Parts: sequence; C-alpha cells; structure tokens
Amino acid sequence: MLNRLRGWIDERFGWSQLTAPLRKKTVPVHYNSYWYYLGGITLFLFVIQVLTGILLLLYYRPSADGAFESVQYIMTQVQFGWLIRSIHSWSANLMIFTAFAHMFSVLFLKAYRKPRELTWVSGMVLLFLVMGFGFSGYLLPWNTLAFFATKVGTDIVDQVPLVGHPIMIFLRGGPEVTGATLTRFFGFHVAVLPGLVTVLITVHLMLIQWFGISVPPGQEPDWKALPKEQREMPFFPNFFLRELMAWYAALGVLGALAALFPWELGSKADPFGSAPAGIRPEWYFLFMFQTLKLIPAKIWFIPGEVLGILSFSVAGLLWLLLPFFDRDPGGRSRRWITGIGVFALSYIVVMTIYAYVAK
Amino acid sequence: MVNAREEAAVSKEKNNPVEGTPAPGRRRFVEVLLGSGLLATAVSFLYPVLRYLVPPASADLGSNTVVAAKVGDLKPNSGKVFRFGNQPGLLVLDSSGQYHAMSAVCTHLSCTVQYRSDQHVVWCACHNGVYDLNGRNVSGPPPRPLALYEVHVQGDDIVVSRQRSA
Repeated sequence: MLNRLRGWIDERFGWSQLTAPLRKKTVPVHYNSYWYYLGGITLFLFVIQVLTGILLLLYYRPSADGAFESVQYIMTQVQFGWLIRSIHSWSANLMIFTAFAHMFSVLFLKAYRKPRELTWVSGMVLLFLVMGFGFSGYLLPWNTLAFFATKVGTDIVDQVPLVGHPIMIFLRGGPEVTGATLTRFFGFHVAVLPGLVTVLITVHLMLIQWFGISVPPGQEPDWKALPKEQREMPFFPNFFLRELMAWYAALGVLGALAALFPWELGSKADPFGSAPAGIRPEWYFLFMFQTLKLIPAKIWFIPGEVLGILSFSVAGLLWLLLPFFDRDPGGRSRRWITGIGVFALSYIVVMTIYAYVAK
Repeated sequence: MVNAREEAAVSKEKNNPVEGTPAPGRRRFVEVLLGSGLLATAVSFLYPVLRYLVPPASADLGSNTVVAAKVGDLKPNSGKVFRFGNQPGLLVLDSSGQYHAMSAVCTHLSCTVQYRSDQHVVWCACHNGVYDLNGRNVSGPPPRPLALYEVHVQGDDIVVSRQRSA
C-alpha cells in the first residue's frame, strides 16, 4: 500500500528529486552538537501552539463581556478544556524560552557569521513576533492581570516620542484599553501574527537548507586540517530521528507541566477597579519591566521612561544587525560580540531574578 | 557519545552467530517496546482532544411547560414564535378565538415555520412546506406533521405544555 502510494508520487514528481534536498543536508557532529536541537524544539512547540490554538477557537468568544466567561466555560464545562488551555499557555512559555536559548546558542557558537547573516535576521524577527504572540495572547482571557499588563504595555509604547501615541491608539483601538483592544489583539493573535510567522519560518528554514548547518569556528581549524576526520551525520534520517526524540521529550515535559500545574484564570477584568498589588508582566518581559522601574524619573532633561524605552529599542536594533558587526574572523570584533552576549544574558537573568525577589 | 553508543551496538552484533546482523528476538522486543510506548503516548494525548471536541450538553430543556404569551398579546388570526426550552414553538390564535400550539421546527430541514394569516396555514419559508393548524403536513416537502402542544389559559398566562404521550 505504502509502496504503491510512493510509486504514484514517484511517477508524477520523482520521489528521489523531492527528497534530494533532505539527503544532501548533513549535520556536523562535535561536542556542542546538542545545541542544534533547540530550533527544532521551538518549531515543534509552535506546531503545538497552532493545534491547541485552533482547539481553543472552537469555544472562545472575543468580546469584553464574553471572553472571560468563555474561557471559564472552557475550563469548567468542556471536557479536558482546562488541559488544552494549560498546554497552550505552557507551550507558549516554553517556546519563548527555547527561542531565547536557540538565539544565545547561535550567538555563542557564531552560527550567524557570513554567509548566514539573513538567517540570524529572520530568526530575530521571528523572536520579536513570538513575543508579540505572547503579549497579544495574554490579554485574550480578559482577566485582571491581562488587563493591566496590556494597559501598562501599550502605555510604554505611548512614551516613545512622535510615533508612540498614534501607535498606541492603533494598538488599543482608542485611547483606553477596552473591548475594542480585545478585538484587535484577537485579530493580531489568530490571523496577522500566524500568517507572518508562517512565512518567516519558511524563509528561515529555506536559508538553513541553502547554507547548510554552521560549524563553530572553534571546530573549523580541525575540520580544515584533517578533512578525513570531519564528522557529519545525514540530516535524514539520522539527525531527524534524534530530533524526534527531543520532540518526544519536550512533549513529555509539556504534558507533565500542563497537567500538574494547570494555568490559572484569575478574576474578570474590571476597567474601573484598582490594579492589584504585585502586578507584573510575563517573565520574558520582566527584565525590561524591572529596568524601567529602576530608572529615575528624570535623567538630566530626558524623562527616565523615555530613555529606558529608547535604549531598549536601540539595543534591539543593534542586536538584530549583530552579524554585520562581526567582521574579522578570530579578531577583536568577535571577542566583543561574545562579551556583549555574555553581558546581555547575565543582564536578562539577573534582572529577571531581581524582579521576582524585589516584588 | 554517539560514537560510544554505536560501538556498543556493533559489539552486541558481534555476539550474534550471524556476523553483522542483530539478534531478531532482541530487535523485535525493542521495536514492540518502543512502538507500544509511542502508541500509548499518542492515545493519551489524542483522547483528551477527542473528548474536547464534543461540545458539552447545553442548558437543560427545562420543564415541560412554558408561558408562551399573555392573554391579549395575540390578535385573532395571528401567530407568534415562542421559546420552548432551546427550541422554538409556534402559538396561533385562529379567527374563531381558539389557541393552537405546536413545534415551530419544520420536519423537512428544521427551518422555523410561521403563521400565514392570508392563507390561515402554518408555512415554512425555506422550501414552501405547508401545515394546517393541527400541525398536519398538507403540501410541500415536509414528511411528518409538527408536534402538537397543549394550550391552557391560566389567569393571564397562556401556558403551553408538551403532551405526555410524546
């Protein structure tokens, strides 16, 4: 049966031609090889997001007077609804974590360097979009935490000189966070972002296919000196099967977290209630949140908030263009980039922990 | 690590009398073990999804009686669709001043029927099905009569109830 299907496809498209790119692809084998699994795990979690997202759409209602109730309905009335929502929330958080880990592994293994600059840029844009997913999805249950997180988050946009205010109005669908905001965020979350991300993932994967997988500069001299010693494994099926095992493990972790620590719903948003104590954004925004808290109200003549936001914007832009600063192999610029990477990673970790401890 | 595992596999294969091929019994055992594990995982993740797809039963149909209207709501020779549980019902006051109540769900393809005061019939707009005031299918595609309800006037209320036999 399977052979006949294969024969049918072979006759029309040429099976060997279809699978040729996969057979050509190899994965370098060295002591840092395990970092190569992170991108694939992120992709796997994205697929989980799409599937559970579609399931949630069966019952979710995007309106200020129906959203919270519909999520409540999913969690209390629909069979296993709590589990599906919990998987969606946990998978979102794990995906952002693996995306960050993937980015830092690419940075430290210098996989972004020529000719793979655009692979890095597409990956960074994907990371920003995934954070947009997190931000827009957070509002959809229309609970108190989500309401104030969105209020603060969009207010931060408002602080940006000149363009900030119109962007905030566009995001909120008016001057305040209301049902109109919810409708927009719903649209971004289920239509705009999935479309953009799908296109960019395709581009990202095609670039990886085109350039092949990077060998870290640490390994490169050995590879060139002893070509016979080069160790590679075919992507398909050798690496692919290993990747499947990683996915299986990820699924296990995800299932356990979702079942043992179900995501809470909280209380319904009240636009005229006070913000509860201890309010803070999702953990992946915490390092920026904490920084903004620490900056004094005014530095020289610039408002502290504006300075903080502009610094993060500039840092984000430079980060996006990072491969273009890595000019001389083994030279000073590369050591600088490693240093900046270590600094950024420690800054994010320390600030995040600080935000949790400081309250 | 990959290296060590592959070497181990090779040395195991060497123990086998036929050089270079793994023992079929052992391979089969590992295959069954892996396969049943994967199958169990697939079932444990798919089962909740399938259960999730089944919508929970909606609000209970409630009691078998409902107040369909107040006396005086309907003029003679007119009708009104009312809510009976989660289904629509049709209440008609005919020209002689008698009330009729029936299911408003057409037996053809479940459109909601209406009273036609010009023809004194119950009519379904979707496919031109016609019933008389006793719910009998008179012309058009409907295969069965509409379920009839009992009507009682209690004080100001017009109370409609399902027939016990139904």
